[in-house]
Amino acid sequence: MHVRVNGEDKDLGEGLSVADVVASLGLAGRRVAVEYNRAVLRADDWTSTTVRENDALEIVHFVGGG
Amino acid sequence: MPKDIFDSFELAGRNYRSRLLVGTGKYADFEQTRLAIEASGAEIVTVAVRRVNITDRGKPNLLDHIDPKRYTILPNTAGCYTADDAVRTCRLAREAGVGKLVKLEVIGDEKTLFPDVAATIEAARVLVSEGFDVLPYITDDPVACKRLEELGCKAVMPLAAPIGSGLGIRNPYNIRIIIEQSSVPVIVDAGVGTASDAAVALELGCTAVLMNTAIAGAKDPLLMAHAMKLGVDAGRAAYRAGRMPKRLYATASSPLTDLLS
Repeated sequence: MHVRVNGEDKDLGEGLSVADVVASLGLAGRRVAVEYNRAVLRADDWTSTTVRENDALEIVHFVGGG
Repeated sequence: MPKDIFDSFELAGRNYRSRLLVGTGKYADFEQTRLAIEASGAEIVTVAVRRVNITDRGKPNLLDHIDPKRYTILPNTAGCYTADDAVRTCRLAREAGVGKLVKLEVIGDEKTLFPDVAATIEAARVLVSEGFDVLPYITDDPVACKRLEELGCKAVMPLAAPIGSGLGIRNPYNIRIIIEQSSVPVIVDAGVGTASDAAVALELGCTAVLMNTAIAGAKDPLLMAHAMKLGVDAGRAAYRAGRMPKRLYATASSPLTDLLS
């Protein structure tokens, strides 16, 4: 299943939740935020949201900046 | 020593003692970032929001080094060129769990990094309606500052000079007008180069100063962070003390009577 994660094309298995994707990237429990198809997805909804073909995920965190 | 040398100020419902807000960009590493913030005495620290690098994972995280319980984390929208992108960035920042305070910047030009005033106002309106406490980076334009205050921003943050230029306050007269007309804090953001620039901002009556490159770009960032703290404190104390009037001619400091003859 084709999904875009942070602008990169990814081939993911069917039936994964957003929480699964976040965990597979080693980001579970980290201070990150997720945008799902251009809308912020609250952390409470990560588990109940199933990733579908051609979805776009943005996973962001804080970096140094002014 | 006079009592209450340091007077606090209120920003978005919280009191702060330090009038120096610092960025976290351009440091050699997170440890230097942490030490510089500590030396600056800052209580509010800006950060940027960026994509996690999903191919090179396991990198240390900025907020492992800067404790959000100790500092107020102020996410920015640096790099955003449209109101829409800035709003998206703020929504994500809030979701990442550091509160609703945001530094709004919508850039209008790559070379000068001057803000797009119209887009900044547009984004501010949306963010305020969504409950954000918005601190907008803006040109030193009294009318733009007025508009931003009217629509509910918690401070206005006029630039001293272009971001990262270190040119100091290019238009102190505009800054004075902005201070005079504003009932929200005026925080000079961007363009400060050295401690005397920070002092000038506070002497003019600014509530606070926000800087990044002036500290991170110094040869010795930790020493400069300390210098900036002193500059800000000196400027604020001088402002409150009320400076003497300027005169064209001399007035003697020693008595003019009982001289030897």
